[in-house]
Amino acid sequence: MISYFFRLLGSVLFVSWIVGTLVFFLIHLVPGDPVAVMLGDWASPADENALREQLGLHLPITTQYWHYITGIFQLDLGQSLFFHQPVSELIAERFPMTLQLAFMALIVAALIAFPLGLWAALRVGKWPDHLSMSVSLIGVSIPNFWLGPMLILFFSLWLAWLPVSGAEQPFSWVLPAITLGTALAAILARMLRASLLEVLHEDYIRTAQAKGLPSRLVYGKHALLNALLPVVTILGLQLGTLLGGAVITEVVFDWPGLGQLLIESIQRRDYPVVQGCILVISIAYITINGLTELVYAWLDPRIRVAK
Amino acid sequence: MLRYVSYSIVVLWLLMAFAGFFIGDHANEVVLSQFLSPPSEQVGLNSHLLGSDELGRPVLERLILGAQTSLFVALGVVFFSAIIGTTIGVYSGYVGGLTDKVITKVIDVFLAFPGLLLAIALAAILGPGIENVVFALVVVGWVGYARLARAQTLSLRNREHILAARSLGVSTPLMLYRHVLPLILAPLGVEATFGIAGAVISEAGLSFLGLGVQPPDASWGSMIKEGTRYLLMAPHLVLAPGIALMLVVLAVNLIGDQWRDYLDVKSRTKKKGKKR
Repeated sequence: MISYFFRLLGSVLFVSWIVGTLVFFLIHLVPGDPVAVMLGDWASPADENALREQLGLHLPITTQYWHYITGIFQLDLGQSLFFHQPVSELIAERFPMTLQLAFMALIVAALIAFPLGLWAALRVGKWPDHLSMSVSLIGVSIPNFWLGPMLILFFSLWLAWLPVSGAEQPFSWVLPAITLGTALAAILARMLRASLLEVLHEDYIRTAQAKGLPSRLVYGKHALLNALLPVVTILGLQLGTLLGGAVITEVVFDWPGLGQLLIESIQRRDYPVVQGCILVISIAYITINGLTELVYAWLDPRIRVAK
Repeated sequence: MLRYVSYSIVVLWLLMAFAGFFIGDHANEVVLSQFLSPPSEQVGLNSHLLGSDELGRPVLERLILGAQTSLFVALGVVFFSAIIGTTIGVYSGYVGGLTDKVITKVIDVFLAFPGLLLAIALAAILGPGIENVVFALVVVGWVGYARLARAQTLSLRNREHILAARSLGVSTPLMLYRHVLPLILAPLGVEATFGIAGAVISEAGLSFLGLGVQPPDASWGSMIKEGTRYLLMAPHLVLAPGIALMLVVLAVNLIGDQWRDYLDVKSRTKKKGKKR
């Protein structure tokens, strides 16, 4: 298990390094002068040179790359052009909000998906199955930048139950979490149904039923636990996707997270912040995927041995 | 029944995109007297069936132009990513060895990167515009086809007809084109169908974030974005493009599901066995 952990850690670090390099070269190899783009058409050459020096763009690209990579390890992601504040501070302020949103969305998704998937699997081929699978198909197809405004329209503007946007009021997380969690709920419900259907045909389920166990135990203990394994993998992989999807949800609800910072910084051409946000979200995504594999290996010893 | 509905929606989408060629500048004309006017049932030359937006532009016409945008992006993205991804995947799977190892690692790295974020980053750096959206989504999208094509090719590599062709000295490109590709087209077609749905949503998402199609060009995503500012006064601005978007994505996903079930021999025999 320990050697497995270190192998995984190595691969997470390797991919993070690749991502960091990609982000660096994306920004530096774009045709055109980033300084001219950042300052606009009215800047004087002196201003441009000052900014170039401040960003270290006058140095050779290999030196810049070295500074950038060593900076990451010292948690130094540069200085924001707009806030005049270290990028790492800005990100440290916003990142917990994004994590909170993703976590809430995960809970919402699980709360919707488990009853839906169970219901469908236990009544397979009948109307509850068709109904819950139709609901989940709609859930997959509904874009979150449309679902969000619709939820705002119904629950905030017409019914006035929940706040429209922001994160200050006590229940302001509810609508963003539902918006972000819906697609995941739909995917999870379908996975859980498929996985349960497979498990329900196993011999040990027939044995459990034959020895007269109440169906609560047969389904709850024997079937559900074994069906969870593939679902956990999907859950982990999707948690990373949630971080990406959070970008749009945060913009819809004015949620003060990393995604909103990213989009605002893109509009402000605050490239150090853009770079930092992309790097941090990607590394979080990669780390979560790594952790998922670890949990998966812990749940299923066969994987550890096979590798 | 569901099959006909989903095909009808897709046909309607195609027709709308085609109709976009005949609309011209009328859809981008600013008529401030029509500010946020609600949908009207009156049929006439100047009536707006789906109302107008904050600049008095007719929502129906802009919806049609948006259909054109989404279709253009979806076809472009799927065409290029399928060709690039399949070529790389088939080659990698067939040749094997070090080439395959390197390509698999590259695919892994791309898969380890959140797709939407990479597209956002690319679109942000390249600047907005429909071609850049297509480019960004292709950079993200080719990996899926490459992985699938590689896996399929690996399972075919030692089939007898391939061995026979190889012993006859058929060159690698011809072998891949004539003996491997035809056998793996079906699953790739299913992947491409889901790819269309994904591209439609991604284009709208990027445009919603202001990184896609720029005004005055219409996209369903940017229509939703502009409409959210007038949500209470004129909900039709968000409803119309949102429903169009959802129906198209739903229909394409349904068609993809049907094709996948059709190709999956196991599920086909099961269904027959159930006598439905």
